[in-house]
Amino acid sequence: MSITAHGQEHAADLHDRRGGDTAPGDEPKGGSEIADGVRSYLVGFGLAVLLTCVSFFVAGTSLVWQPSIPVALFVLAVAQMGVHLVFFLHLNTGADAVNNVMALAFGVLIVILLIAGSLWIMSNLNHNMLRMDQIMQMQR
Amino acid sequence: MLGKLTWAAVPFDQPIPLIAAAAVGIILLGVMGWIVAKGHLPYLWREWITSVDHKRIGIMYCLLAAVMLLRGFADALMMRSQQALAYNAPGYLPPDHYNQIFSAHGTLMIFFVSMPFVIGLMNFAMPLQLGIRDVAFPTLNSVSFWLTATGALLVNISLVVGEFARTGWLPYPPLSEMTYSPGVGVDYYLWALQISGVGTLMSGVNLVTTILKIHAPGMTYLRMPMFCWTSLASNLLIVAAFPILTATLAMLMLDRYLGFHFFTNEAGGNPMMFMNLIWAWGHPEVYILVLPVFGVFSEVVSTFSQKPLFGYRSMVLATMVIFVLAFSVWLHHFFTMGAGGDVNAIFGILSMIIAVPTGVKVFNWLFTMYGGRVIFDTPMMWAVGFMVTFVIGGMTGVLLAVPPADFVLHNSLFLVAHFHNVVIGGVLFGAFAGYTYWFPKAFGFRLDERLGKAAFWCWLVGFYVAFMPLYIVGLQGMTRRMQHYDVAAWRPWLLLAAVGALVILAGIVLQVAQLVVSIRNRESLRDVTGDPWNGRSLEWATSSPPPDFNFAVLPVVTGEEAYWSMKERAREQVQAKQEEPAYAEIEMPRNSPTGFICAFFATIFGFAMIWYIWWMAIAALVCSFATFVVFAWRNRTEYVITAEEVARIDRAHRAVQDRAYAAMQAAQ
Repeated sequence: MSITAHGQEHAADLHDRRGGDTAPGDEPKGGSEIADGVRSYLVGFGLAVLLTCVSFFVAGTSLVWQPSIPVALFVLAVAQMGVHLVFFLHLNTGADAVNNVMALAFGVLIVILLIAGSLWIMSNLNHNMLRMDQIMQMQR
Repeated sequence: MLGKLTWAAVPFDQPIPLIAAAAVGIILLGVMGWIVAKGHLPYLWREWITSVDHKRIGIMYCLLAAVMLLRGFADALMMRSQQALAYNAPGYLPPDHYNQIFSAHGTLMIFFVSMPFVIGLMNFAMPLQLGIRDVAFPTLNSVSFWLTATGALLVNISLVVGEFARTGWLPYPPLSEMTYSPGVGVDYYLWALQISGVGTLMSGVNLVTTILKIHAPGMTYLRMPMFCWTSLASNLLIVAAFPILTATLAMLMLDRYLGFHFFTNEAGGNPMMFMNLIWAWGHPEVYILVLPVFGVFSEVVSTFSQKPLFGYRSMVLATMVIFVLAFSVWLHHFFTMGAGGDVNAIFGILSMIIAVPTGVKVFNWLFTMYGGRVIFDTPMMWAVGFMVTFVIGGMTGVLLAVPPADFVLHNSLFLVAHFHNVVIGGVLFGAFAGYTYWFPKAFGFRLDERLGKAAFWCWLVGFYVAFMPLYIVGLQGMTRRMQHYDVAAWRPWLLLAAVGALVILAGIVLQVAQLVVSIRNRESLRDVTGDPWNGRSLEWATSSPPPDFNFAVLPVVTGEEAYWSMKERAREQVQAKQEEPAYAEIEMPRNSPTGFICAFFATIFGFAMIWYIWWMAIAALVCSFATFVVFAWRNRTEYVITAEEVARIDRAHRAVQDRAYAAMQAAQ
C-alpha cells in the first residue's frame, strides 16, 4: 500500500479518538448505500419546500393572529436552517461529526457575540450621543 | 487609458522617498541580476517559487517578514528621529510624509511582519510536530503565501508610485472617505489588505484542516505539542475574524469607489460602526499573533529547561479560554467613543479577565523552569526576555482596561508604549526565539550563539530605552502621531527614545551579521543528528533539513512528548541499533506555479483598481481565474518517491541517530 502525503489513509485506518472524523458530505467508507443518500436528500427537499410554502402562506394569510406572524416566520426560518444542516450538510450527533458540530457551535457563538455585541454597543452610542446632524445644528 | 496614473504620481519633488526607493530598487535589481547571471533562476523557480512543500513555504513567509521588518524599522527610525528634531521646529519630514510613514509602519509591522512570521513558523514546524508529510492543501498554501507577498509588494509600490494612506494603520472614516482622502493612499491600503487577507484566510482554513484531520498514528489532541494547540487556536481565530476585516474594508471600498454611505457622516452613514467592526476583527488579531508565539515559548522553555512543560492541560485550557475571550473584549479599543458606563464596565471587566489565562501561562513557564537544568542558549534568552517584558506590557494593558484610566491615556504615547511592549516583547521576541530554535531544523546548521546573544541584548536594552520614555511622555499628555511639538518636558525623553531605537538598530545589524557569519561557518555549526537542542517533539526525530517527505515512515505516537519517549525507549534498549521499518513508496504533491502566477495577476489587478485602470483590472481578474481553471484541469497531482529512495535517505539518517543513541547510552 502506498502512503499518501497526507496520511489520510492512516487517519481512516486508525481508531483513536479523532480517527473516525469525516468531512461534511463525506460518506463513511462502505457504510451507506446510494439509495439511502438519495432518500435523505429527497426527505430534506420535501421538508424544505414545505417550510417555504408555509412561510409564504403565513405571511399573506389572515387566518392567524396578526402580531404572531413575525414570530411564526422566525420559527419557520430556524426550522429551515435545521433541515438544511441535517439533510444537506449532513450534520448529525454521531461520534464522527464532533468536529462539525463544534465548528457550527463556535460559528454560532461568534456570530451571536458579534451581532449582539454590535447592536448593544451601537444602540448605547446612539442613546448617549446626539446624531451628527444635530451636533452640526448646535454648532451653527 | 491609464486611469488616474500619470507622471505626477512619482514624487520627484520629494527626495527622501525617491532616494529610498532608488536604493531599494538598485539592491533589488542587483540581487536579481546576480541570480540570473549565476544561473540560479531555474533552481529558484523549481525549488522555491513553485514549491508546495510546507517547509519551503514557511521559510519564504519568514523571509518576507524579515525583509519587511527592515522596511518597517526604517519607518520607525524616521519617526523617532523626526520627533527628536521637531521640538519647536518642523523637523525634516513634512506632515504629509510623516503621516504616511506612521501609517505604513503600523500596516507593515502587523500585516507583513508579524503575520507572515507567525504563519511561517506555523507552516514550517506544525506539520513536523504532528508527524505528517504536508499540510492539508499544499498548493493552496503556496497561493496563500504569494497573495500575502502581493499585499506587501503593493504597500511598497506606494513608496514610488503615488502615496500611502495618511490615516493611521486602521483607516478610520470619515478621514478615510473620499471627501477627506481623495488620493490613492487609502486605496493602496485597502487593496493590499484585501488581497493578502484572502491569503491569510486560506492559510487559516488550511492549517485548521491540517490539525483537525491529519496526524501521525496515535497523535491524539491531548498528545499534540503545545505549539500545535496554540496554532489551532490562532488559525481558528483567523477563520472567524478575517471575514470581518474583509467585509468591513469592502464596505469602505464601496463608500470610496461607488459612493455608498456605510461610514460617511451624512446620508445615514455611521463612522462609529467602522470602529466597532474593525476592532471586532482587531482584537482577535492580537491573539492570532500572540498565541502561536506562546506556543513557541512553551516549546523553547520546556526544551531548554530539559523538563516536560509544566501543566500541559492547564496550558491547553488557558489557550482555549483566551481564544473564546478574544471575541468579547473589542470595545476596549474605543472606550472613549461615547458608550455608556454599563457597556464600558462590562468590556473593561472582560478585558481584565483575559489576564487570568495569560497569567496561568506565565506561571506554567516559570514552573517549567523551576527545578530544571536551564540552558541559556539564544532561544531561551529570548524566552526569558519575553517573560519579563510581556508581564510589564500585560500590566499596563490591565491598567488601560480600566475605563476611567483609559479616558486619560487613550490615544497617548502611553498606549503606543503599551502595545509595542506586548508586540515587540511578545510577538517579535517569540518570532526570533522560533527563528533561532528551528533554524537548524530548516537549514541543517545552527546560528552563531555569540552574535545571537549580542543581538538579543541589544534588542532587549534597546526596547526598554526606546519605549519606557514613551510611557512617561504619554503620562505627561503627549498624544500619538505628532509631527512636531512645543513642550520642553517631553524633549529629553524623546531624545532618549531615539537612542533606544539606535540600540535596536544595532541589534538588527547583529542579527544580519549573525546570519552571514553562520552561513560562512556552516560546516562547524552543522547539525548532524537532526536534534541539536535535545528536543522533545517530533520535528527533531527527522534529519536536518528534513527530506521532502519529512518522515520515511510516519512515527507512532504513544504519549505526550513523542520524540522524548522514543529517545527514552532507545536509551533503555540493550542494542543500540533501531529496527529497520518496512519502507513503502511515498506520493508527494507536485510543485505548481499556480500560486505565483495567480499572485502576479492579483498584483496587477490590485494596482489597476487603485489607479482606476478598469480594462487592466478586468483582464487581470480573468487571467487570475484562468490560472485556477488550468490548475483544476491538471492530470498529475502527485509524484512518487520509490521505496528504495526513501530507504536510502532514511538509512543515512538512522545511522547517525543510532550513533547518537549509543552515545547517550554510553553517557549513562
